[in-house]
Amino acid sequence: MATSLPRLTDDRLAALMQAYHDAVRAKRLRSMAFVCIVIGLMFLSGWVAQVDLFKLVANFGNFFSYFDRIMTFDSGPVAGQRVWTDPAEWFWGLRKWLILLADTILIGYLGTALGAIGAFLLCFSAAANLMPNPWLRSGVKRLFEFCRTVPEIVFALIFIIAFGLGPIPGVLAIALHTMGALGKLFAEVVENIDMKSVEGSVSTGASFSQTVRFAVLPQVLSNFASYTLLRFEINVRGASVMGFVGAGGIGQDLIEAIRKFYYADVSALLLLIILTVTVIDLGTERLRHALISREERP
Amino acid sequence: MKASSQGIGSDLPALKARYPEHFAASWTKRAAVVGVVTVLSGLFLFGFWRLDFSLDRILSGIGKLGTLVLLMLPPNPGSWAKFFTFIHALAETVAIAFLGTLLAALVAFPIGLVAARNTTVNRLVQFASRRLLDGIRGIDTLIWALLWINVVGLGPFAGVLAIMTSDIGTFGKLFSEAIEAADRKPVEGIISTGGTRLHQIRFGILPQVFPVIAGQVLYFFESNTRSGTIIGIVGAGGIGLHLAEQIRTLEWQAVSFLVLLILVMVAVIDALSARLRRAIIGRSQQPPM
Repeated sequence: MATSLPRLTDDRLAALMQAYHDAVRAKRLRSMAFVCIVIGLMFLSGWVAQVDLFKLVANFGNFFSYFDRIMTFDSGPVAGQRVWTDPAEWFWGLRKWLILLADTILIGYLGTALGAIGAFLLCFSAAANLMPNPWLRSGVKRLFEFCRTVPEIVFALIFIIAFGLGPIPGVLAIALHTMGALGKLFAEVVENIDMKSVEGSVSTGASFSQTVRFAVLPQVLSNFASYTLLRFEINVRGASVMGFVGAGGIGQDLIEAIRKFYYADVSALLLLIILTVTVIDLGTERLRHALISREERP
Repeated sequence: MKASSQGIGSDLPALKARYPEHFAASWTKRAAVVGVVTVLSGLFLFGFWRLDFSLDRILSGIGKLGTLVLLMLPPNPGSWAKFFTFIHALAETVAIAFLGTLLAALVAFPIGLVAARNTTVNRLVQFASRRLLDGIRGIDTLIWALLWINVVGLGPFAGVLAIMTSDIGTFGKLFSEAIEAADRKPVEGIISTGGTRLHQIRFGILPQVFPVIAGQVLYFFESNTRSGTIIGIVGAGGIGLHLAEQIRTLEWQAVSFLVLLILVMVAVIDALSARLRRAIIGRSQQPPM
């Protein structure tokens, strides 16, 4: 049963090997050059960013000891014990924190909803296949670009001065940034639609809004919803740090706990945030898969 | 023309009777849509009420915002000394983003291999690495920056480490998904020639996933130059520190100048990485020799 394949003679094999090496040499040289450039850039940026490996190595213990400290009670009758030995003491502020967490989710939700509405209203004007006027189109595109380039925290810092402290600047900052990010994605979806149904409805004398309603929307709606859900998850995470600058949500308590060294609170709040974000991540992923499979059904 | 349209018109009731689903959605479908929309908009209104939105606060805020925008014009750094400080901070931001993204990719690649179903060591390791990546991703970059400041002190190095850690989570997930989506046939070919497990990964999977991964790394470099602008707000280096400072001290012309600088930087990096990406993807699409 065992068959042995005939082996090439050594001289013929050598010729083949030579040809192979010649073929890959140029490619290998190019890869080496590329790697050298990347390493050079790495050193350059390491110098600019003041990378200090000695400091990192010397203080690396701090990273783990920080986790050690936030996992230990530091005051009261339970001082010195691990936090999970007394969950009631660990999560002493659960009621307050859950309310703040709900507020954070609401900030994320309102920001996503407002941003998605804005993006929805503007994206058809930014799509090359629907908007014949190039000035308006590139104007809307530049607007989207501006909104998604400026980080939401920066918008929040500016809005706080205009609207005062609280969740309103947080919501508006997230909404503006979301409008930029979603607007670009929405416009790309619209640019990829099948134009036949658009031509069909134009041929029956439909107006612009009727064309969008009956020819474009059915093709793009599930993609829009999917992107919006993805954004919602990102925005809840973003809303969790809005409080760092005073724009509402749970971030306010978190940064206070970090700055004032309330170690057990830091771990409790981080755990709550991670749990919330994970749950929302899993939930939206399910919904998105359902939406996409509905799209693919004939 | 008239006759035919009349013909359809007279057929309409018959057509409606035959294909009711094309003329009106079934009421269960409608009820579902109405229900979802009601719940979502209810939550929307509740959110406005709960977060203290009020019309006069919004209106007066928009009025103030208009004044601020007028104060921002024209963009002006203030002095040449400030200008050079800003440029240096901008370079710092780019360096933070570059180094953070690259280091994250280097660390995330082995984790991604272990977290992918087809290249992992065993199921337990795969599950554990997946959860680890999820946990890392759950924490925002700003929070990581605060943690790293504890270790290496204030400055851009903390920013590099923060971007690195938060991106390890995302990269690990994306890489493992790319590896799982790789075609199995080249791997089978290598198994048939007697290649070891490492050979399978090196010659069967890597050539397939490398362009995908390179594209993702470039994309994240772009997005990190954007998010790199904010970690300065908590003291982790880069232009964010100056931006927050100028906003707090109400130097509006410097603020708009900084925003303009960021816009230009992001546009330049977008253009560069788009070219690079085209080069990488183009090379992989060349017919194999």
